[in-house]
Amino acid sequence: MANNMQGVKIKMSPSTKLFYVICYVVVTIVALACLLPFIMLISGSFSSEQAIRFQGYGLLPREFSTAAYELIFKTPITVIRAYGVSIFITVAGTALGLLFTTMTAYVIARQDFKYRNQLSFFFYFTTLFNGGMVCTYIFYIQYLHLKDNMLALILPSMFNVFYLLIMRTFVAAIPTALIESAKIDGAGEYKIFFRIILPLLKSGLATIGLFLALGYWNDWYNAMLYMNDEKRYPLQYMLYSLMQKTQAMAAIASQANIQMIDMPSNSLKLAMAVVATGPIVLVYPFVQKYFVKGVTVGSVKG
Amino acid sequence: MKAFMEEVKKNKALFVMAAPAVLLVLVMQYLPMSGLVLAFKNYRYDMGVFGSDWNGLANFSYLFSSGTGWLITRNTILYNLLNLITSQMLAVLIAIFITEMNGKIFKKVSQSVIFLPYFISWVIVGVFVYNIFNYETGLMNGLLTAVGLEAVNMYDKPGAWPVIICIFNSWKWCGYNSVIYIAAITGVDSEIYEAASIDGATIFQRIRAITLPSIKPTIITMLLLQVGRILRGDFEMFYQIVGNNGQLYNATDVIDTYVFRSLMQNSNIGMTAAASFYQSALCFIIIMVVNAVVKRIDADYALF
Repeated sequence: MANNMQGVKIKMSPSTKLFYVICYVVVTIVALACLLPFIMLISGSFSSEQAIRFQGYGLLPREFSTAAYELIFKTPITVIRAYGVSIFITVAGTALGLLFTTMTAYVIARQDFKYRNQLSFFFYFTTLFNGGMVCTYIFYIQYLHLKDNMLALILPSMFNVFYLLIMRTFVAAIPTALIESAKIDGAGEYKIFFRIILPLLKSGLATIGLFLALGYWNDWYNAMLYMNDEKRYPLQYMLYSLMQKTQAMAAIASQANIQMIDMPSNSLKLAMAVVATGPIVLVYPFVQKYFVKGVTVGSVKG
Repeated sequence: MKAFMEEVKKNKALFVMAAPAVLLVLVMQYLPMSGLVLAFKNYRYDMGVFGSDWNGLANFSYLFSSGTGWLITRNTILYNLLNLITSQMLAVLIAIFITEMNGKIFKKVSQSVIFLPYFISWVIVGVFVYNIFNYETGLMNGLLTAVGLEAVNMYDKPGAWPVIICIFNSWKWCGYNSVIYIAAITGVDSEIYEAASIDGATIFQRIRAITLPSIKPTIITMLLLQVGRILRGDFEMFYQIVGNNGQLYNATDVIDTYVFRSLMQNSNIGMTAAASFYQSALCFIIIMVVNAVVKRIDADYALF
């Protein structure tokens, strides 16, 4: 809206000019603060281990080297396996979560469903009160036997009340007359939902699907709690455990005054971080608008 | 019951469609709540959650008499207040600045870049923190020694961590929150701004008289949503930023990290469950009270 004012083009007072200067400076600083860590990460991953050890991390690669990446892809089986786990939980979790969320959102958006308020409350209550980490952990391990079970990476984050409310807003935008007329034409409930409602929810499905996928891709917490078997580590948790190992090694080495030149542990860590985050940063420009949409819809109280 | 059966008959398909989510939430969220009885028990693994003996409020009194209960409660509340205020203020500021800007491309690019940290996992943020602050190879010490100052070991300085955590929290959420405020600002009728500008209002007057009042409801809603979580620490953030640095625990331990550590070390599950129970129960009470008060003052802002 500020743009409209520029059409008028009144002479800018000094204080207005100052405002614009501050405005651009502050936004630039914040934007750089958000961008620089990523640049540092990429540069570090392409630096030689010696350069990092003796000169520290910098903004540009020091002594350009691809040793860390070569090491990762020399024995690619661990990375590929972790990628496989991450892709599997992301695809399976997102697909099922999306289906369940959309079906439920449709049900609570249906005005003629008598128990929709009770049903909404059933879900909403979990945001007000929950068992907390201890009960959940013990219950999942002792009674659901989720230790080292892939379901432990999929089930806990499959359903989220926040996504349900966003999806309900999308469903509510569809005119009820559409459902009524389909019923009159003799369409069954499932046919109405899958043939008429779902195709109209494309942008809602993309939005919630992306939120779910991002959550699964970035999850390390469930893996930390429930996975002992290294073969079932998703990418983010594999990176975390690698970090723990190299930090422990670095601490021991510095205490014992040993130089560990032969192992590119620092750049390896950064290269792994690049490999784990790469897909997100690459698709980010294309999907950003859906996240903006989701955040905006979600902020309007349902 | 009869009415229910009739509804089932009438809308059978709707019941079927809602069933998977209901079942999932029931098993994954509601059933574990039964474990809250652990807070009042002397838990033994071999006897299970329900077989272990009751011990009244012993777990709670142990938690608070050891001082831990107070410390982690205080930390959690202070961190949440600090993070809430700083992150929302930064987001409002950035939202106002971005909407006031004229350069379309600059606006778009900066908004995208500021939103970027939301998309990465806290593990990656942990990598950043380590790269910046670690003593030997960190960026900060690199810069300090480059200008001739002495290197600092931040992991020795608990006092600095509230600031570091606050900065990273604002950094991670700034883009997300400013998207919300930008949406609220762009929702304002542009004619109001034009009228103000014709009347000779300065940019500051416009911001104060139009922009800020128009996003006030959004700010209040965001604050209220967070107040209900005042006793819940952002576990992922604290765990990845602070890690296993024991020296920092007094300054950085929140209820969630404390509970997690005790759970992993298997030390006194009863007391850990008590901390967890106390957190959930108090959160619930706070939300109920705040909501009731808000409803009385201005029902539009009530959460439910």
